[in-house]
Amino acid sequence: MIDKVVGSFDEAVSDMRDGATLLIGGFGGFAECPSYLIAAVARKGVKNLTIVANSAGWGLEFRDQLVARMRPLLRYPEDYYDQGILIERGQVSKAIVSFAAAIGHVQTPLEKKAAAGEVEVELVPQGTMAERIRAAKAGIPAFYSPVGAGTFTAQGKEVRQFDGRECVLERAIRADYALIRAHRADRYGNLVYRGSTRTFNATMAGAARITIAEVDEIVELGELEAEHIVTPGVYVQRVVVRPSSPRPWNVPS
Amino acid sequence: MARSRLDERAIAFRVAKEFSDGMVINLGIGIPTLCANFIPLGREILFHSENGVIGFGEIIENPNLADPTLINAGSQPVLRRPGMAIVDQAESFAVIRGGHLDLAVLGAFQVSEQGDLANTVMPGKSIGSIGGAQDLAFCAKRVIVAMTHVDRDGRPKIVRRCTSPVTAPRCVNLIVTDIAVIAVSGEGLTLLEYAPGWSVEEIQALTEPHLRTSPTLREIELL
Repeated sequence: MIDKVVGSFDEAVSDMRDGATLLIGGFGGFAECPSYLIAAVARKGVKNLTIVANSAGWGLEFRDQLVARMRPLLRYPEDYYDQGILIERGQVSKAIVSFAAAIGHVQTPLEKKAAAGEVEVELVPQGTMAERIRAAKAGIPAFYSPVGAGTFTAQGKEVRQFDGRECVLERAIRADYALIRAHRADRYGNLVYRGSTRTFNATMAGAARITIAEVDEIVELGELEAEHIVTPGVYVQRVVVRPSSPRPWNVPS
Repeated sequence: MARSRLDERAIAFRVAKEFSDGMVINLGIGIPTLCANFIPLGREILFHSENGVIGFGEIIENPNLADPTLINAGSQPVLRRPGMAIVDQAESFAVIRGGHLDLAVLGAFQVSEQGDLANTVMPGKSIGSIGGAQDLAFCAKRVIVAMTHVDRDGRPKIVRRCTSPVTAPRCVNLIVTDIAVIAVSGEGLTLLEYAPGWSVEEIQALTEPHLRTSPTLREIELL
């Protein structure tokens, strides 16, 4: 019998080791962020991680500022924890991100740690990041892209002309774990997403040795229409359900 | 006549006049986002955002009505519209990289005489944020920059050569600022329009490279 549902977030990340590479889903909003999986990694305390994510995150220090700034538009929930927590706690040694710095004059946890020389930063154009992850999922080791040719993002990379256009050789990003967020799952690990929460979550599913999905709900096999499934369960190894009421990040769940 | 600068909404209004019916358009964070509020009457536009939404509506400025699972690339909640489509991140950038995007409207720290765009590393910071800007600037069919003409310290943002890291070389087609509309071509910069009350000489004094004057030079129309 295939049953990928795991009983707790701590159990879902129990085999994670120091030095692991993590793809962390989401884009920038709270509804697509795998907050409880991130919190479980923070509790586990694994170190020397490489994280790959769209944004470096705000952590706990800037959480209140973010919530205040967004208040005219959205009410942020109490249980929004992003990858910035892992950076703040000194668990990350390298960050591969497209948003490293905050827009404005505040400094993200990553900006502080990078300035102190504690974290290495690789700034990657968002589309190149998505394609490097997709390539890993699809078993493509590298590809050429026109984006970035002649600029700082192409430094140290092979450049070749195709159809008169300079293109940059980009390597796939394969990870040990992909931590993603979805709406519904079944026990095969098939996933559907709500609205714009699909974003990097669906792209990252399957690009790691172990993909773990944090979901709102588990449904019976067959309840998800085959034609509507966005991520097939073959890409997913573990599924965990979010708690029904918010929990502090440091409380096991 | 009193000399005034266009506010952010007026800049967005002027940019939106460039939107033609049926275009697929990506709006960057900041002033560009406001353009969605000024689509000329009778034109149907599909707005694309990097996180994978194509054809969304206006920003919802009321947290009681907002749906956190439908946001644009600036994490602002937007309206669902009939005909809207949602894809994942890789597909979203296939739209951009594959040349399916008619126009990108982006903010900038600097734009050079040749149309080089710098909008990655904020002045005074050592690391930057690139987001989707590089993919957009390299691959959209047309790029419009919407920005203030000078920085906080009054220094020109339209420069001979960018001193800030270049996001994409020779990519900008049109610059719309709070005092001018300037076309960029292989031959340099051409002043097309000026804000009410501004002379060519006054705009030139706040612009590093030489501005040629369009034979059809006129005041920016804000209606």
